Amino acid sequence: MTDVVSFPAGASAKPARRDIGIKRRYAAERRFRAYGIAALSFGILFLFILLYSVVSKGYTAFQQTMITVPVEFSEQIIDKDNERATDPQKLVTANYPLIARNAVAKVLGVAETDRSGLRAVNQMISDGVRGQLRDMVVANPQIIGTTQTVSLLAAGDIDSAFKGQIDLSVSENNRKVSDQQVGWMNQLAESGALGKHFNTGIFVNGNSSRPEAAGVGVALIGSFYMMLIVLVLSLPIGVAASIYLEEFAPKNKFTDLIEVNINNLAAVPSIVYGLLGLAVFINFMGLPRSASLVGGLVLTLMTLPTIIIATRAALKAVPPSIRAAALGLGASKMQTIFHHVLPLAMPGILTGTIIGLAHALGETAPLLLIGMVAFVANYPTTPMDPSTALPVQIYMWANEAERAFVERTSGAIIILLLFLVVMNVGAILLRRRFERRW
Amino acid sequence: MSTPLILLILAIIAVVCYVVGTRHALAIAGGLSSKLHSRPGYYGSFVAICAVLPAAIVLAAWLIASPLYINSTIRGGFPEDVKAKSEAEQGLAFGMVNSLARGMDILTLDEIDKVGANPAELRSALGAKGVALAGDPEPYMVESAGDLNAMNKISNRVMTAVVLIVALIGAGLSYTRISHRFRARNRVERVILGALVVASSIAIITTIGIVMSMLTEAGHFFGRVPAWEFFFGTVWDPRFAAAGAAASEGQFGLIPLLLGTLYIGFVAMLVAVPVGLFSAIYMSEYASPKLRSVAKPLLEVLAGIPTIVYGFFALTTVGPFLRDLSSSINGIATGDFANFIQAQSVLTAGFVMGIMLIPYVSSLSDDIITAVPRALRDGSLGLGATKSETIKKVVMPAALPGVVGALLMTASRAIGETMIVVLAAGVAARMQLNPFEPMTTVTVKIVSQLTGDLEFTSPQTLVAFALGITLFVITLCLNIYALFIVRKYREQYE
Repeated sequence: MTDVVSFPAGASAKPARRDIGIKRRYAAERRFRAYGIAALSFGILFLFILLYSVVSKGYTAFQQTMITVPVEFSEQIIDKDNERATDPQKLVTANYPLIARNAVAKVLGVAETDRSGLRAVNQMISDGVRGQLRDMVVANPQIIGTTQTVSLLAAGDIDSAFKGQIDLSVSENNRKVSDQQVGWMNQLAESGALGKHFNTGIFVNGNSSRPEAAGVGVALIGSFYMMLIVLVLSLPIGVAASIYLEEFAPKNKFTDLIEVNINNLAAVPSIVYGLLGLAVFINFMGLPRSASLVGGLVLTLMTLPTIIIATRAALKAVPPSIRAAALGLGASKMQTIFHHVLPLAMPGILTGTIIGLAHALGETAPLLLIGMVAFVANYPTTPMDPSTALPVQIYMWANEAERAFVERTSGAIIILLLFLVVMNVGAILLRRRFERRW
Repeated sequence: MSTPLILLILAIIAVVCYVVGTRHALAIAGGLSSKLHSRPGYYGSFVAICAVLPAAIVLAAWLIASPLYINSTIRGGFPEDVKAKSEAEQGLAFGMVNSLARGMDILTLDEIDKVGANPAELRSALGAKGVALAGDPEPYMVESAGDLNAMNKISNRVMTAVVLIVALIGAGLSYTRISHRFRARNRVERVILGALVVASSIAIITTIGIVMSMLTEAGHFFGRVPAWEFFFGTVWDPRFAAAGAAASEGQFGLIPLLLGTLYIGFVAMLVAVPVGLFSAIYMSEYASPKLRSVAKPLLEVLAGIPTIVYGFFALTTVGPFLRDLSSSINGIATGDFANFIQAQSVLTAGFVMGIMLIPYVSSLSDDIITAVPRALRDGSLGLGATKSETIKKVVMPAALPGVVGALLMTASRAIGETMIVVLAAGVAARMQLNPFEPMTTVTVKIVSQLTGDLEFTSPQTLVAFALGITLFVITLCLNIYALFIVRKYREQYE
């Protein structure tokens, strides 16, 4: 080796490095990284904005303004001519809102001759008191003529105003509560008669056109029936189908067809399942519209591909040595699968099932088509009765114009999201608890 | 007997057969199960299956066939002048007979005697019992209803008897076959295998059901509206589906809906693809395992949120925000505080849908990017490329087919998405290119044509199925093509 390359004399300084664009390239590297961080933060940021917007709008829905006043069950108003023994309808049709109005008016000191004042008082009380007081009287007719302390539902506008959702700086003509009513509201609140209570109504009531009395009770039951049907049908069918495809099916055109089919069914838009349910279950088989049975069947068909894909993955994860050992000890193929492979795959199967159920619980579009957008105020007793579902209830409320329904809708969304969180956390725990690494 | 009761009895028979069969097998072997070919339980199961399976098949066949037979007999028994009427009117008359029959079942004998042959009284008596009739029943209808009830009663009795006899015969025959050498396990397993095959063919049946139901209903639609008017029509104006108002013929042009669907889907992909892809690249190539274990589940939460929630978010938060933003921008720029973005617009719906699609893009492409072999990266880094250059010039080209497949799948989701567009895109079917204006989509129109009162004969209702089959075909093609690409790509590395 000789120093062939020798620098000319006088070049004692270090030669300038050839510019290969290192700076530029490192800058590009940093930029690229920043894009990645920006994209990731964008997604997560919107997750939080979404959750914040729902929670901030909806947490107030779990409190309800009530007016607690002594109510005089005046015989004069309920049953003037004392006919209740002969005509039970009398107690049902009596003018209960009048009783409630008089009670509140008395506390506020509004004279009985002040007609416009009385009307304003009336607007502060929800129309839901009719049912509330009626049920009290029908259950116990003895209270007629006595005075009882009752918590009355405040009207939706008063509820919103008391929660500070109505801008009181707007001129009186442009808002739904008058200054007089706001004054009364504050007067009642100071005396402790008007206050916020935990809102059980949103969990147990049926639908109502009055936001203060509307609840998701019927929707919860409808959703529960549907989830039950989905679970009972899709888990056994899905597991059976996966066992066949994974363990028994010969590799031929037919099984190939089934596989492509299942993958495609998983990607078919959910609304198409709604069309299928409408055409087959309702139009062809004549099952009742709005019934949770039909909803459950449609959601079952929708969930099946998810469960099949998850189950097959779980079956595949069981090592072949287990099968070989069982077969070697003389078990038949069927016994090997049902006694050994399936129990080992069960955690994975159940995780997939729960995730499929969670998807089904939040699904709205197919249910709209099979008529679950019905206004249902009574509890369904069987899956054949008209009912609605939680996400459909949210859809219906989202279309309501009244301001107070925004709060209810967000409240219902919070309930739905809580259910989903519980299900998904359950799935994660199940996976953590039982997952085996082979 | 009612069907649930028969099923209950069959279940009891099955349990009894299982116990008896098991005991009998053990008894034959003298208490030593090792002397039997199969374990004793299999003999019990064999007897139970032989008893219940044929009986259940007979029951199902009877339940399907007998109403068909009885209905056609009853219809055949209608007077000649009724038979001469149109199919629809005959159907109506038959509906009356059906509700009459149901009502007469509820009435007691005394009540029937009291009402006698007076149709109006019969109607009010039934109305009081909660059975509403469409009109006063005619005498022949009352007669037919009586026949119907009688036939149903006979059919039910015969069915109960036949089903139970079949079950008992099956049980008896199989019981006598139990012996040392009898291969009960093989038979039981064959039945189980049959059940597994049936379960896996449900996927096929569902697809056939989707295609058949939509083709039939869409066929009815194309019988009224020419197919080319639907597929190439540029005006969507279906009018109202008023019952019996055949005169109101609407225009059913698919083009404006399809344009809206594609436009909103395009805006959504514009949001979802860069964000999703960069998130996936960052998470798979740069992020520490700790960050990854937090960020990946958080992004996937976005996929778990029901679409109705996104719709509500778009309706109450994003839409009003964009509207107010546009009016302040306009105000600052021109002094006129008019909003140029509508609250319901292509942008609102597309943007929110894009957020929903981020996790689909990111998790699908994450898998694909991670699957690119380590050696490719090492080679590139070893030659002096920076990490981002490696990603841009080596990893992404290798992952491209898979990523394209993932994007196609995401696009098919965007096209089929319903709830966001129902709430945030608007209902006006228009052809325009301003993203700040509302447009509508195929899915929105399916929902709006099918909610409310339906009549399965009007084109206004049937058009939904034509829209549905269009949607189905588009998404199917996208998915099959995507699967094809992904599969082809996978073969390269495995």
